[in-house]
Amino acid sequence: MTKHLRGIAPPSSIENVSRRSALKGMAATGGLVLALTILPHRAAHAAAAPKWGADGMPHGAVNNPEAFVSIAPDGTVTIVCHRSEMGQGVRTGMPLIVADELDADWTKVKIAQATGDEVRYGNQDTDGSRSTRHFIVPMRQVGAAARMMLEAAAAKRWGVDVSDVEAKNHEVAQKSTGKTLGYGELAADASKLPVPATESLKLKDPSQFRYIGKEGTNIVDGFNITTGRAIYGQDVRLPGQKYAVIARPPVMGGKVTSYDAMDAKKVPGVVQIVEIPAPSYPMMFQPSGGIAVIADNTWAAIQGRKALKITWDDGPHATYDSQSYRAALEATARQPGKVVRADGDFAAAYASADKKVEAEYYIPHNAHATMEPPSATCRIADGKAEVWTSVQSPQAAHDLVAKYLGLAPENVTVNVTLLGGGFGRKSKPDFAVEAALCSKAVGGAPVKVVWTREDDIHNDFFHTVSLERLEAGLDKDGKVVAWRHNSVAPTIGALFVAPDPRHELNWELGQGMSDLPFDVKNLSLENGEAEAHTKIGWWRSVSNVPHGFAIQSFVAELAAAAGKDQKAFLLDLIGSPRIVDLGNVKNFWDYGENPEVYPIDTGRLRNVVELVTEKAGWGRQVPKGHGLGLAAHRSFVSYVAAVIEAAVDEKGKVTIPRVDIAVDCGPTVNPDRVRSQFEGAVIMGLGVGLMNEISFKNGRVEQSNLDDYLVLRISDAPRETHVYIVPHGYDMHLGGVGEPGVPPVAPALMNAIFAASGKRIRSLPLGGQLASKA
Amino acid sequence: MITLRVNGQTQSFDGDPSMPVLWYLRDVLGLTGTKFGCGVAACGACTIHLDGEATRSCQTQMSDANGKQVTTIEGLDPDGNHALQKAWRALNVPQCGYCQAGQIMQAAALLKQTPHPSDDDIDNTMYGNICRCGTYQRIRAAIKQAAGA
Repeated sequence: MTKHLRGIAPPSSIENVSRRSALKGMAATGGLVLALTILPHRAAHAAAAPKWGADGMPHGAVNNPEAFVSIAPDGTVTIVCHRSEMGQGVRTGMPLIVADELDADWTKVKIAQATGDEVRYGNQDTDGSRSTRHFIVPMRQVGAAARMMLEAAAAKRWGVDVSDVEAKNHEVAQKSTGKTLGYGELAADASKLPVPATESLKLKDPSQFRYIGKEGTNIVDGFNITTGRAIYGQDVRLPGQKYAVIARPPVMGGKVTSYDAMDAKKVPGVVQIVEIPAPSYPMMFQPSGGIAVIADNTWAAIQGRKALKITWDDGPHATYDSQSYRAALEATARQPGKVVRADGDFAAAYASADKKVEAEYYIPHNAHATMEPPSATCRIADGKAEVWTSVQSPQAAHDLVAKYLGLAPENVTVNVTLLGGGFGRKSKPDFAVEAALCSKAVGGAPVKVVWTREDDIHNDFFHTVSLERLEAGLDKDGKVVAWRHNSVAPTIGALFVAPDPRHELNWELGQGMSDLPFDVKNLSLENGEAEAHTKIGWWRSVSNVPHGFAIQSFVAELAAAAGKDQKAFLLDLIGSPRIVDLGNVKNFWDYGENPEVYPIDTGRLRNVVELVTEKAGWGRQVPKGHGLGLAAHRSFVSYVAAVIEAAVDEKGKVTIPRVDIAVDCGPTVNPDRVRSQFEGAVIMGLGVGLMNEISFKNGRVEQSNLDDYLVLRISDAPRETHVYIVPHGYDMHLGGVGEPGVPPVAPALMNAIFAASGKRIRSLPLGGQLASKA
Repeated sequence: MITLRVNGQTQSFDGDPSMPVLWYLRDVLGLTGTKFGCGVAACGACTIHLDGEATRSCQTQMSDANGKQVTTIEGLDPDGNHALQKAWRALNVPQCGYCQAGQIMQAAALLKQTPHPSDDDIDNTMYGNICRCGTYQRIRAAIKQAAGA
């Protein structure tokens, strides 16, 4: 099972229709527009060969400039961004790659957002920290192909050989005479030429890059965002639009037994009450069901919902209780689990170890709490549905809406707005289906489904809850000779498979657990059973959060037990620079990449540890009550290490004066957006450490809004965060950026708190655990 | 009938006087720059100026806005060139951007009261505005840049 599992019709069924709609879409733009013959990048590969990177994703990558570039007669270049913008900077970075190879003047570039149409654009699942890593090459090819078509058009116009012309800065020049033609003047001619074969494309030498890897590119939506003009899913407005809020079952799998809408209908502005059908297992991305109140405005809908009287059948998960569930996780973790990886002989080495250390780490459920709560708008007319929504997975939204409305795929269009945060929540397009069902219920009039914050906190696809038990044996020199890890957590797999598989999936375990990069001869990596009682979903960096927290906290505990400096101990544990042999791990999941291209390279892991400790002044004198903590973690094929300075005052209040974080993600496209992702990951990781917690009682989430589900505020944020990017040439493959900053933050924080106070926090979040009782 | 001025224009409203100004701005006037984030004044995304004061529009009823001046992000500066907006763009503060209108409106009120705020001043005023993407460090820097500090 992979992260892009959708449980919907196979891609082939939508091929023809999407192609047709694609043609239609391009007809209006003018300029470089050609008849479309899309050859998905992956079609060239033998079906049986393993597929890696973009090729392993549904619909692979498309490198055809006809899908991505159009040039108007006035020279305006429009570049399509097919990935969803949720703050990671993809609407700037992805077109920037095309513009660079096209040698376009960035000030003459406009960005258009793709609709959900993967046949036309290639995979659009904007998650897994893979946009730039999967698409830098196809986007370079798009730009280079368009540039070569413009050059060919100019050569033809002048009747000269193409070797005598060169595209540069938005015009093509004849080298021998110096005469020039602008891109706009050549666009119409270029559009009639064949797209060069991929093999014939001449990509720039990286030394010629004008934008890629350079500083100084501002985000393309900066003006609209700072002036209130930017449109998110919640902001969509169509003529005659209605607004809906939905009362959803308070327990996963619950159903409406009966309801009384009499009072709700009396609320001024309420138009209609609609029952949304209950989902069946597996839940996948189905709406939760419930009762929708459709009204003339959001406020009336909210008031109408308050007036509903609903009796719920809570179903099989009505007793889910976080406190007793934790006890069950602990009991499971203390028993042998399913062995995921075994090297050497753990039991014998542990039995004869000079010193034994064991510890258990608990990480609760978390909510995404994107600043924009989920929202979608749908309109149905003449047998065609059109959706506007903020989703990370526009194709899945498209396919689900078509399925629920019983429409042919070509009759559904999904327009992607800006996303007010994603973090994995908006990979699940349940809310788009809700909007479609509401629109259908009112005869196709446009309906916007608004999730309130309470809806979001109560009905999220939550980050898993986890108990990580670690045991290690040290020899008399303080060297680790035996290591056991039993990870117990409900799996995202329960969302897709019924019955619940009850074990973490291969790719969950591969997120910082089975891929342990340490030089320890005797390992036993295990996974105990756990049942899911709520919807578990991807949450920024996913299983790396609990795995990284437990392992990197434990390393510091072992260093303390051995009486050694944490940095020296960690480097010793990582061992010499080498490619890690994962022993008997079957089908190692390397973030969908080829493990031969993206091996686990301890040299790179060591390097980020060395870099961040040097920059942070590891070992420096800190004021009384302060301490430094370190953590390092590889995820999304990038290597990250963080040093945090924490201060604990006499009342147990924690402040964080400074964070240093180093990343090796291979070469970068837009370094400013790499830094901003790590600045943000620090804030999110500190939230995990300090305050994020979702708990359940009687099957229901106990928190409701941002006043009881706590997230980091500016007053909690470090005064100084320094991001260091390891420089690389473009001969190295790119790693992920959006997620890998999160995992090392919470353990580095807890290691710093230990250094500052001598208190070891093993149960997240910190909350009031250090508060003095006095 | 409630009468108020929104970004300098007189508006009248005869709907539910308990409707929060947030939904009036967004659903009735179509001024969607003011964002819905929590509905309980816990996140600051809906911050507007009510008679010049930074106010959570989700917890301000229409009846409380009667006779008052409302300024939204759309009305902060006619060309989007308030010093804060310029600094926000120069430093690439936004990530997803959803909270940033509220941040800028809160910061604009801060600068009126405290033209050269310290980090503490900023934290003490801006703590009510959540940014889930974690742009706090750049928010501090942009406020100081706009203040000419």
